Amino acid sequence: MITDGAAFAFWVLAVGTCLAALSVVLLRNIFHAALLLVLTFTGVAGIYIVLSADFLAGVQLLIYAGAISILIIFAVMLTRRPVMTGGFSRFSISAAIVAVTLVIALIWVTVGLTDWSISSESPIQPTTAPLANALFDRTNGWVLPFEVASIVLLAAMIGAIAIVKDK
Amino acid sequence: MDWRDFYIYHLGKVNESVRSWLSAHAAGWTAYVVPAILGAILLLVFLLPSQLMVVWIERRLIARFQIRRGPNRVGPWGLLQSIVDAIKLLSKEAIMPRYADKWPYLAAPVVGFIPAILVYAVIPFGPDLAFADLNIGLLYLVAIGSYSVISVFMAGWASSNKYALISAMRSVAVLVSYEIPNVLALVGVILLAGSLSLTDIVRAQSSGSFTWFITVQPLAFLIFFITASAEVNRTPVDLIEAEQEIVAGHHTEYSGMKFGLFYVAEYTSILAACAVMSTLFFGGWHGIPWLERYIPPWIWFIAKIYIFFAVFIWTRATLPRLRIDQLMAFAWKFLIPLSLLNILVTAVEVLLIDNTTLAPAVWMTLLAVVNYALAALLIVAWSRAFRMPRRRSADIPEVRRLGALPAETPSY
Repeated sequence: MITDGAAFAFWVLAVGTCLAALSVVLLRNIFHAALLLVLTFTGVAGIYIVLSADFLAGVQLLIYAGAISILIIFAVMLTRRPVMTGGFSRFSISAAIVAVTLVIALIWVTVGLTDWSISSESPIQPTTAPLANALFDRTNGWVLPFEVASIVLLAAMIGAIAIVKDK
Repeated sequence: MDWRDFYIYHLGKVNESVRSWLSAHAAGWTAYVVPAILGAILLLVFLLPSQLMVVWIERRLIARFQIRRGPNRVGPWGLLQSIVDAIKLLSKEAIMPRYADKWPYLAAPVVGFIPAILVYAVIPFGPDLAFADLNIGLLYLVAIGSYSVISVFMAGWASSNKYALISAMRSVAVLVSYEIPNVLALVGVILLAGSLSLTDIVRAQSSGSFTWFITVQPLAFLIFFITASAEVNRTPVDLIEAEQEIVAGHHTEYSGMKFGLFYVAEYTSILAACAVMSTLFFGGWHGIPWLERYIPPWIWFIAKIYIFFAVFIWTRATLPRLRIDQLMAFAWKFLIPLSLLNILVTAVEVLLIDNTTLAPAVWMTLLAVVNYALAALLIVAWSRAFRMPRRRSADIPEVRRLGALPAETPSY
């Protein structure tokens, strides 16, 4: 199965990422879980690099590992009890059934229904210009959705400031 | 192999030469592994002695600023002081607080050091002398840099020490706020160079019409300098480890080489910040034209790194530390709006460059004059408009809420 460096890197990253993700769910100490979440995000970025999507990998590191995980860790630090004790909630059986059904459905949709065609084209280098062209092309780009998204984000930011501002 | 590739002037050709020789004469994988190891060794040959040197330079220079002598006992002019300090750090007893969270506590120095050294992968020391010339170089720099927060967090949380925890809290506030103007200041340079690759950015500063970007991006450079000092914890903005307030911040509970690793990581990222500044704004490996023939590019580059390091020491010795509310207000009310305006102005200028019929030299002079005037105007106007009221620490609402003052009607 391991034929070259890329395949080797993929398997190391995939196994590492899955282990980290599993420990995020299974660990009782939520600070450790949050740190392992950072490791999971980093592993996903590594898989993007293996797939020659270097811009995406950079953005993944910047947004998820750099910003979102910081927010999560900060929220964890503000919680009173970082180590979770106590048993399962009384809804655990029904929750497990729903979760398992959802996972099976998701795997069915993503893995089963995808047409796994292997491209013989070599990856595009550099990736930044094609991405920008796809986003901002004058005829069939996505300029309007992009601008709408930024206005929504700006509104959210102003809203957040308005909520926490001292009266 | 051509012996001229090993000429000291262009160090970068050594690796290329070794790579082509290996791919012709040896197994395929050696062509990847051997140059990588060679490059790493070359990088460490620069970094490790630099670590010892800059610590000595900083202590000597600070002493000069404060009319002291500084280290002067070990070796000539105290030159061996850093080596002695390193031996001291290595031979100290390793102490761990009893209630420390063991794994994050032990991992934090490592997590802090790895990104600090990974940054050097994309920095071009010479025309062929970048470890990996990524085409997303700048994005990589920013992304890797954001990991330093996690290290501070881990150390601050795991130490089970209130000063360390306060430092971790401050690090979020400061680093997350200063990350924004830091990245926005880079955008002006990216617009002008038309590339994220650091090698391409340096090349854009040599070819004909463009000179060093400091001539057309003064505001971006100023913003980048301030935010970079905040990101690497230099004194006017080093609230994460302000000695007088929170002992040593996140590494209060670290001793021996665990502390040493934090120390080394800090100086590594300071040197990296100097390297990035000289790459983006001061022409990277380019030097004074008529001397470039005699002095190799990598010497120019390293000289620039050291000059910027001296500027960092200068600011540290000159400016008093900011209070946390001043620091945050400075980032959000001053740096971010100005960096956004800088992007707007630069974008308009880049659009005009494409459509101009003026001679490049005339055009660049015009841009330089306009940008410097605009930078001065904006800084003066903004500091007039958002002048902070003079308040004692006791009058800050955060302090009042903690019960430091009797309740009274707010005056603002």
